[in-house]
Amino acid sequence: MALRELKVCLLGDTGVGKSSIVWRFVEDSFDPNINPTIGASFMTKTVQYQNELHKFLIWDTAGQERFRALAPMYYRGSAAAIIVYDITKEETFSTLKNWVKELRQHGPPNIVVAIAGNKCDLNDVREVLEKDAKDYADSINAVFVETSAKNAININELFLEISRRIPSSNASAATGKGFKLRRQSSEADHRCC
Amino acid sequence: MNEEYDVIVLGTGLTECILSGIMSVNGKKVLHMDRNCYYGGESASITPMEDLYKRFNIPGSPPESMGRGRDWNVDLVPKFLMANGQLVKMLLYTEVTRYLDFKVVEGSFVYKGGKIYKVPSTETEALASSLMGMFEKRRFKKFLNFVANFNENDPKTLEGVDPKKTTMLEVYKKFDLGQDVVDFTGHALALYRTDEYLQQPCLETVNRIKLYSESLARYGKSPYLYPLYGLGELPQGFARLSAIYGGTYMLNKQIEELVIENGKIVGVKSEGEIARCKQLICDPSYAPDSVTKVGQVIRVICILSHPIKNTNDANSCQIIIPQNQVNRKSDIYVCMISSAHNVAAQGKYIAIVSTTVETNDPEGEIRPALDLLEPIEQKFVSVCDMYAPSDLGTDSQIFISRTYDATTHFETTCNDIKDIYKRMTGSEFDFEEMKRKKEDIFGDNQ
Ligand SMILES: Cc1cc2nc3c(=O)[nH]c(=O)nc-3n(C[C@H](O)[C@H](O)[C@H](O)COP(=O)(O)OP(=O)(O)OC[C@H]3O[C@@H](n4cnc5c(N)ncnc54)[C@H](O)[C@@H]3O)c2cc1C
Ligand SMILES: Nc1nc2c(ncn2[C@@H]2O[C@H](COP(=O)(O)OP(=O)(O)OP(=O)(O)O)[C@@H](O)[C@H]2O)c(=O)[nH]1
Ligand SMILES: [Mg+2]
Repeated sequence: MALRELKVCLLGDTGVGKSSIVWRFVEDSFDPNINPTIGASFMTKTVQYQNELHKFLIWDTAGQERFRALAPMYYRGSAAAIIVYDITKEETFSTLKNWVKELRQHGPPNIVVAIAGNKCDLNDVREVLEKDAKDYADSINAVFVETSAKNAININELFLEISRRIPSSNASAATGKGFKLRRQSSEADHRCC
Repeated sequence: MNEEYDVIVLGTGLTECILSGIMSVNGKKVLHMDRNCYYGGESASITPMEDLYKRFNIPGSPPESMGRGRDWNVDLVPKFLMANGQLVKMLLYTEVTRYLDFKVVEGSFVYKGGKIYKVPSTETEALASSLMGMFEKRRFKKFLNFVANFNENDPKTLEGVDPKKTTMLEVYKKFDLGQDVVDFTGHALALYRTDEYLQQPCLETVNRIKLYSESLARYGKSPYLYPLYGLGELPQGFARLSAIYGGTYMLNKQIEELVIENGKIVGVKSEGEIARCKQLICDPSYAPDSVTKVGQVIRVICILSHPIKNTNDANSCQIIIPQNQVNRKSDIYVCMISSAHNVAAQGKYIAIVSTTVETNDPEGEIRPALDLLEPIEQKFVSVCDMYAPSDLGTDSQIFISRTYDATTHFETTCNDIKDIYKRMTGSEFDFEEMKRKKEDIFGDNQ
């Protein structure tokens, strides 16, 4: 089965649950005391989509978005971006447009955009209507779901929807690809002893 | 930002970002700021092309023929990575290499009598090269064999040479190598910028040639690597490492003052607020009163619509013009990359010429290199002063990096990093210090 590596980056205000969403997807767990700053360097998960394997390489912001210091490297080569807001905080939805704009400016031209309204388990303190968000997402042709990292709602669906939207074969990306540096086997041997 | 940090870092050049990463990984609380709105400082890759025109005060906007502005990522400082070099080691130890993709530079060339030749570095290549005559080839082959087998601790391999006493000049004599072969061996394989090494014991030079061959053996075509999207990706990668380990990043911050009490740094004032710290790392531009000028380097960025002649249409290459070929003291370098590296619009090439300035007419000095590149679509010329810190920072706890020099590699940069590390911590730099301190890679495989 063909394996495709798909880089996905996360965007959104601090505290909306970006790391929690990734954690739920990759490790299927939820930590209410997740450290707000220290992200993981690298998270991957492979899922089957039709007759392909999609290996998601997920980049979390590592807090660099807090003072608008995300590096262009962050967006580079991304197949998709997930922009997260918190349904219980109106201002995290208002800033969504800025993230979309940022992405248009710095991201690859054909990037798939997904919007996740997180913390939908907290429906009683909701500030953002699902319909408003859905309308906005439709207007920019983005995937939209409300999620709960806490209760594992719609997390897998979010990524499945991304798989669905990714063009079936991106021939352009295949040309002129570079390679990753690796240790020489002798060095690797050293390491494990 | 009104907080207390262990270390504040000013400027996001490669040196600063690597040090920031090392400090964060080792549990220090780091605040990292830059006055620019982009990462990389002097080691940035400039994008889009419009910004490069502005930066060099070129009137008007880029012509249509330059293609899309966003397709360009133009390095300000030309350098390549040695496949077996120290920077590669740092990338591997920190696993920053996960964020980057590389390509092998397609060839290394050397200038002789107005022409350029591929640098032969293996027996087969040497035997095919037109750089040497028939008999010279045999002697060079013997020399390469000698170097490959050379083991300091095994007298059988030394053929009577004393690694610590015999000079390199004597070794060349022993193999009866002519001036041209000596030139390219010293400058294109051992990568010396001047001829001073000839009078020194041969061990260092032999090891450098070994390094070249081993780096070459790793990927084939050449010993050099280049990251897709430009060298500016390197500082960004290490900045991400620092952020993952808790480093705080702020761009576009004007720095008003380094706050010093009793001769020691206590904080940095920016936009009216003071962030306190115990130690400060910065590039020379943030501490102009504490640095000394140590020379000048000229760099000319040339945009071409063709590969360099006689390079077999390589999409990337290095050309070394040894100093004595053009009556100089230091070598002239050309580093060329192209759209194949996602740094230029389709069909375009970027060749950067650089050397240490020796006269009042730096542009005149690099003419032989420019002649190899014609026709040049657009030139961007810079002559920069190079600075070094005036003191070690022991009292002030202000640690200033050195300006990137004319060398086309990261050796001196890595040495500067190791040196600053030692001055800051009091202990010798150890690559192990760069290893990530916790398991932070999750998911399926690796
Ligand atoms: C065009 C060109 C010109 C060069 N000119 C010079 C020069 O003028 N002076 C100079 O010193 N080097 C010079 N070098 C060689 C350079 O030091 C490295 O061998 C390599 O090019 C640097 O690549 P890197 O920084 O990616 O790896 P590096 O980190 O530099 O890897 C080099 C490895 O070899 C060892 N090494 C290499 N060079 C040295 C050195 N100078 N001293 C101690 N150890 C060394 C290092 O310990 C390291 O392990 C030049 C290289 C190039 C490509
Ligand atoms: N109730 C509820 N809480 C959540 C959910 N997702 C995340 N949280 C909580 O929201 C807080 C922030 O979550 P993070 O995942 O750290 O958010 P982030 O967007 O990564 O934040 P930064 O890394 O600081 O930018 C944590 O306390 C989480 O426990 C959710 O679905 N429901
Ligand atoms: Mg987070």
